[in-house]
Amino acid sequence: MMKTTTWQKLVLSASVVLCAAVFFTPQVSAMHIMEGYLQPGWAIAWGAVCIPFLVWGFFSISKSVKQSSKNLILLAMCGAFAFVLSALKIPSVSGSCSHPTGVGLGAVLFGPSAMSVIGVIILLFQALLLAHGGLSTLGANTFSMAVAGPLVSFGIFKLSKKLGASSAVAVFLAAALGDLFTYVVTSVQLAMAHPDATGGFLASLAKFAGIFAVTQIPLAICEGLLTVVVYNVLVKYNHKELETLHAL
Amino acid sequence: MKLWKKNLLLILAVLVIATVPLILLPNAEFGGADGQAEEAITEIDPDYQPWAESLLEPASGEIESLLFALQAAIGAGVVGFVLGRVTSKKGGKSTEKQHESN
Repeated sequence: MMKTTTWQKLVLSASVVLCAAVFFTPQVSAMHIMEGYLQPGWAIAWGAVCIPFLVWGFFSISKSVKQSSKNLILLAMCGAFAFVLSALKIPSVSGSCSHPTGVGLGAVLFGPSAMSVIGVIILLFQALLLAHGGLSTLGANTFSMAVAGPLVSFGIFKLSKKLGASSAVAVFLAAALGDLFTYVVTSVQLAMAHPDATGGFLASLAKFAGIFAVTQIPLAICEGLLTVVVYNVLVKYNHKELETLHAL
Repeated sequence: MKLWKKNLLLILAVLVIATVPLILLPNAEFGGADGQAEEAITEIDPDYQPWAESLLEPASGEIESLLFALQAAIGAGVVGFVLGRVTSKKGGKSTEKQHESN
């Protein structure tokens, strides 16, 4: 209890970061679907799909924070980690740039749903202040980055552990494949909304996946490696917390 | 291997992966992937009109890069603050038991 003021400060700094993230993500090199580029029907449908995940995420976060106040500081760091990574526009072998998502770390530590809440806050502020993504495409972008990506990251982490991989390898695969999957989902969403006049859904999908997913492959590897860097430090110094979170 | 050596190697690998495209593709534009997606939509669906527009946009490329650098700086600051906190031996109470994973 005596730590209350410290935690309050932490929450405050985390909220400043959340707010900051907004201003700072560029409109140019991003993966999010641009404002107005999904028809109203799709926009509403994706938004509706996200609602249960957000509620689940909210309960999941309050549960972890109740478990141990240390979890709050770790969660704040997972959010901040996502902000840093989404600020890094990295050149790719496709000759264009994109940025990682950074949500894999939070998914490994706090389960598949916690990052949905953090992700939607980032996306909301970016859409409002930065002309990055958009309000009309918020649901679709939330689904790809804050729901589908973390779900895959969490699943891959648990699966790799079960198959006997070391924690570091499992974290690398989780972050990298979750990142990549986010862009695959973005491509699918765009292809469903804009099927090719002659080739239909598949022709469109090939086109969008060629743009998003191929660009993302080296960036996904970078995200995997950077996530392992932070994870290594946590394993050494926060062993106990990771144990309670089942993230070892 | 010591933790810092392991992490240094991982960070070096990231730098190599990020640099290789610049060397291999000296003439590429390295524009944003979502700009290309916009073009692709226009190709597939020439009549499509975006039905909503962003409320605010950064005034220039310079301002955008300012905001960008700030985002990275603030995020890195918080990550550094938390990592500094969890790795300090004195901070927190006795819960900071160290585990040597080497």
